[in-house]
Formats: sequence, C-alpha cells, structure tokens
Amino acid sequence: MKRIVKLIAVFATLVVVLIACGSSSSSSPKSSGTSSGSGSGKLSILAWPGYAENGSTSKDTDWVTPFEKQSGCNTTVKTFGTSDEAFQLFNTGQYDVVSASGDSSLRSVANGDAAVIDTAKVTTYADLADFLKAKAWNSVDGKIYGVPHGWGANLLMYNETAVTPAPTSWGAVFEANSPYKGKVTAYDSPIYIADAALYLSKTKADLGITNPYSLDEEQFSAAVELLKQQKPNIGEYWSDYLKEQEGFTKGSLVLGTTWQVITNGVKADTASPPVNAIIPSEGSTAWSDSWMVSTKSKNVDCAYKWINWITSPSVQAQVAEYFGEAPANLKACTETSDKDFCTTYHAEDKAFYDQLAFWTTPTAKCLDGRSDVTCKAYKDWTAAWDEIKGS
Amino acid sequence: MTEPSAPQVHGVRRRVARFFARHPRAALGAQLSAPGGWLLIIYIGSLAALILTSLFRLVDDPTGLVTKLDTSIGFGNFDRVISQPVYRAVALRTLGAAATVTVIDAVIALPLAFYMGKVASQRARRMLVVAVTLPLWAGYLVKGYAWRALLDPGGGAFQEVFGHSLGFGYASSIVVLAYLWFPFMVIPLYAGFDRLPDSLLEASTDLGAKAGRTFVSVVVPQIVPSLVAGSIFTFSLTLGDFYMNRIVGGTTEFIGNIVYRQFSVDLPFAAAYAVIPIVIMVGLLLAVRRTGALDEL
Repeated sequence: MKRIVKLIAVFATLVVVLIACGSSSSSSPKSSGTSSGSGSGKLSILAWPGYAENGSTSKDTDWVTPFEKQSGCNTTVKTFGTSDEAFQLFNTGQYDVVSASGDSSLRSVANGDAAVIDTAKVTTYADLADFLKAKAWNSVDGKIYGVPHGWGANLLMYNETAVTPAPTSWGAVFEANSPYKGKVTAYDSPIYIADAALYLSKTKADLGITNPYSLDEEQFSAAVELLKQQKPNIGEYWSDYLKEQEGFTKGSLVLGTTWQVITNGVKADTASPPVNAIIPSEGSTAWSDSWMVSTKSKNVDCAYKWINWITSPSVQAQVAEYFGEAPANLKACTETSDKDFCTTYHAEDKAFYDQLAFWTTPTAKCLDGRSDVTCKAYKDWTAAWDEIKGS
Repeated sequence: MTEPSAPQVHGVRRRVARFFARHPRAALGAQLSAPGGWLLIIYIGSLAALILTSLFRLVDDPTGLVTKLDTSIGFGNFDRVISQPVYRAVALRTLGAAATVTVIDAVIALPLAFYMGKVASQRARRMLVVAVTLPLWAGYLVKGYAWRALLDPGGGAFQEVFGHSLGFGYASSIVVLAYLWFPFMVIPLYAGFDRLPDSLLEASTDLGAKAGRTFVSVVVPQIVPSLVAGSIFTFSLTLGDFYMNRIVGGTTEFIGNIVYRQFSVDLPFAAAYAVIPIVIMVGLLLAVRRTGALDEL
C-alpha cells in the first residue's frame, strides 16, 4: 500500500511538472503577437480551422501575422469543430469575431450575441458577391449581422477504384444493402439530417419537402428513418476533416459526403487511391459562412479591421485556395495562383449558387412559409441525432 | 502613535497561538481548512452543480431559435433518459463495455500479478513493475492513435501482418480500453499477492492441497479485496470514457459521447445523463464496501 502511495505521488509530481512545461511552451506562440504591431489593440478570433491561419498549422500558411503588423491588433485565434461549439463559445462573449455558418448564425443573433454590422465601415462590402449579402442566414428583418466570407457545397466523394459504377446520386450513401458497407462516411452533425431530407425531397415527392431545413413531423421522421437505415453502412462519421482525409487516403472509407478541401488533401497525397467529388443529381446542401461581431466586444475597431482584412482580395484568394471554397470577394478571382480557381468553384455563378441548399438553423416556425404545421426545431434535430448515432 | 500598536499586534498573535495550543482540534481544523475547502468547493461543489443543473430544463422562446433556462426543479430530463430507448441502449452498451474491460483485465492480470508477487525474483519483479506501469507515461491520445494505426482496416498493421483487423467498432474500443486501464488492475493485485504470506501457501501444501485447491481456497479469498479495488478503477475509467470511441470506436457511442454532443445544445439534459454513471458508481462502491476493497484503493 505504501509503495502504491509513493508511486502515485511520483506520478502526480511528474504530471504537474509536465503540465507546467506543456503550458509554458504552448503559450509562447500566443505571446508572439505582442512583439508585432505598433498599436495596442487586441482581437480574439473564433474561426473554422483554416479560416484564420497564423502559421501554427504550416509555416507558409499565415495571414494573421501580416494582419497584426498592418493593423497593430494583437490577435489570438481559437478554432472550433462544429457549429454547436461555435455557438456555445461565441455565447461566452470572450471572442470578438466569429466565422459563423448558417446553422449557428441565427441562433447567435436570436440570443443577442451578434451585433448589427455597420456596412459603411466594411470597406470591401461593395466588392462582395451580391448573391451572398443579406441572406436568410446573415441578416434578420433587413438588418445585416454577417459579412460574407466564402461558401462551398457538401460534395459526394468516392474512391474511383473501389466504387463502380461511379455514383451520380446521393442514393449511393443511403441505399440499404450497400456493397460498400462499413466504408461509407457521413458528416457528424445534426445538420446532416438535411442531406437525407434533400435526397427525400427529390426521391419521395409525396412527402412534399421543399426546404430540407423546414421539416414537419412526418417529413422529419422519414429523414431520420433514412439515416438509421444508413448507419450500419457507416464506417466512421467525420467532423474533423483530417479524419475523413485519412480514411480515404488509407482506403478504410470509399464513399461519402465531403468538402472540397478534403478532396484536395486526398488528391495531393500521391499514396492515396484516385478520388473524385461531385454534386449528385439531387443537388447538395452547402455552407455559406459570414463574419459576425460580438455584442460584448470591447475591440470593435480591431474586429472591423479584421473583417476588412479577411475580405480583401489578396487574403480572400489565400483563404479560398487554402480551404477550398468560393471566395465572397470576386476581386479575389484575379489574385488566385490557380487562374481557373473561381471557375472551378463557381464563385461567380449565381445560378449554381441558387441550386444549393445552404445550412440554416431549423426553427419551429417553418422556414418554407407553411403556417398550418410546426416544424422541428434545432433542439429536436440534436435529439434525433442522438437517436440515429446511439442506436 | 506607532509604538502602542506594535505590542498589540504581538498580543493578537500570541493570543491566537495560545488558543490553538489549548485547542489542538481547532489547530488541526485550521490546518485542514485549505485542502478541505478545496474538496468541498471544487469537488463536491461541481458535483452539486451538476446534479442541480440536471433538475433544470430548457424552454423554447417564441422565436424557436434560442432556448432559455428554466430553473424550476423537475425530473423531466431523467424521465427522458429512462423513457427513450436510445438512452437506455447507450447506457447499457457503456455498462457492457465497462464490465467486459474489467473481466479481460482481471483474467490477464491475475496470473501476471501472481507471478510478480510470489514467483519472480526481486530483479524480475522490479522489471515487471516498470514494464506494466511504463505505458502510463505515454499520453492517452498517443496510445489511442497508435492503436488506430494498428487497427486501421485500410492498411493498418494488423491488416498487413495478419490479413485481418478488428477494424473500428465496439470490439476495438473494448480492446483498447482494456489495454489502457490494464496497469490499474495489475498494481493493486500485485500489492495483494505481495502481502499474501508464503506460509499460508506452504501450510496449504503441507495439508495436502494441490495447486488448484490452494488457489481457490487460500489465494482467491485473500486477493478478492485487491481484485475489487482494481475492478473499481477499470470499471469507472471505462464508464467515463468517450474519446476512444472517436479514435477506434467507428460509430460506437457511449454515455460520454451523448453528453459531449448535448452539453452545448441542452445542458440540463446533458447533466442528467452524466448523473447516470455517477449513480452507477455510487451504487457499486456501496456494494463493495463490505469486501474491504475500499481500503485497497
């Protein structure tokens, strides 16, 4: 007994020492901000991984340090993995700006966390694509709450050697007796229910789904059933995009929903099997992200400086190419290293944009205008996601 | 002016010292107040906050977008945990994993700990203790991802070498958790065997018992408290684990996975679900209290 106590004491001491070493080394990159810049401003950014790169992921990928030098705002970046996390973190009031997707932005507005944007202070606003401004997910009652950042579709990726014939429909990931059982993947978030609903809107017309984010009881349970049927075929769900990239590279995953950035990552790896990513015949769900400013921000000046920086043509070109999304600022299209970049991503293609079903927060009041039924709110979507994944 | 105040301070100090000298219990209390306060506020306090939160509920506001916390006390969340099949299924799955991990660890650790405590030379004994505890030096994530590389059905080490891998799933989670918590089972068992007097074994042999009989009638009753102590570790650590599922569990979900997802959306419900493993552990600890295992921890 005494020996165990001694052992535990030794371990505990070591743990404390290790934690102390760990925290001092991890805090050093943060403090690098203090040396640069002439001003005394501060800025705390909450962003999707890949949106506010400060060189910590890869030394060559850094548009935060130049911002610090130019603006004098000492910047810290916190990344989040899911929209739920983004909403919860932004709600704490510790962050000045957030890159919000449509499935968290409206919640932040309704919760009083997001401030109305003074578009006069956004010098780049006029250059941003018109079809991205004042949309349902970045404005409420005509007031602008979000400055468009970039957008992209949730694509269907498949391993070209393993999946034959090449899929053309989302049916490939939803069919009950999939030949790819155990090697299918899906996005790990309640918002993925919309992907099932989108598929049903095209394949089961009698359900009458017009908007995959606006589902009444019957439509909702049909979508949930479809996902329960899909679950045995899933090898792994993904929310961390590196996890999906690894799966496709190694071949443990061969089919499933993806982002362009993941496809790019797999293609860049010479050891990985050939993959292709398409928008299936049913269309796609998609994300359109906007920068929002916190109502509790004490650094509003720096917040606007950041928004002006991140939506400026050259930075937009860097982010868009790094992340693999269509830039909001169309002037970025002339600054990308790949001159066909904006064509590939349909950045200027409003018709393409219009056929996508962009992430938005489901509410009890139906988004498609129906008033005779109540729709399932986001809380119900989360509960259903428990039911799908826990089953 | 300063002159009279100095002896006064001195006097206060002396009076305090005299008080504590005369009341040793008060002195002890004062000395324990800092760690005791820590235990009370940080440890018990967070537990109380968890249980209190689980009794609250969220109500939708008219927009349906945000929910407000209703702090009136009720058992709605527990009702949901019990009445919805999926939450029962996940809880049972977690319990199943905890029990399986405990059994696997016990079966492997018993002979090893016996060898370490009774058979091996001092030198081998020390080497084995180091070998068993060495994995504790590597981080949880490091070990988790190492196992991921081993188990990967798309070209992991098992696949390459044996042509077959468990892949990612429930079984893999159990195997990796059994590996992770193994030292916590071995060490108490080893201490138990170490303490078991050789004379008892010799007496048993002298009285004509064969090895098997000695083990069942002499060793096991002596070692049960240690076994239970080790089991408490492996069981509770598995019960609270959720991240290994994300690394090697495929689509498997435990109680912790549900809590993790719900806490940013429906905190009171997440709290209620998190109470379940606590209740299980409290029940278990009460049940094993009589075996004397708690003295082994």
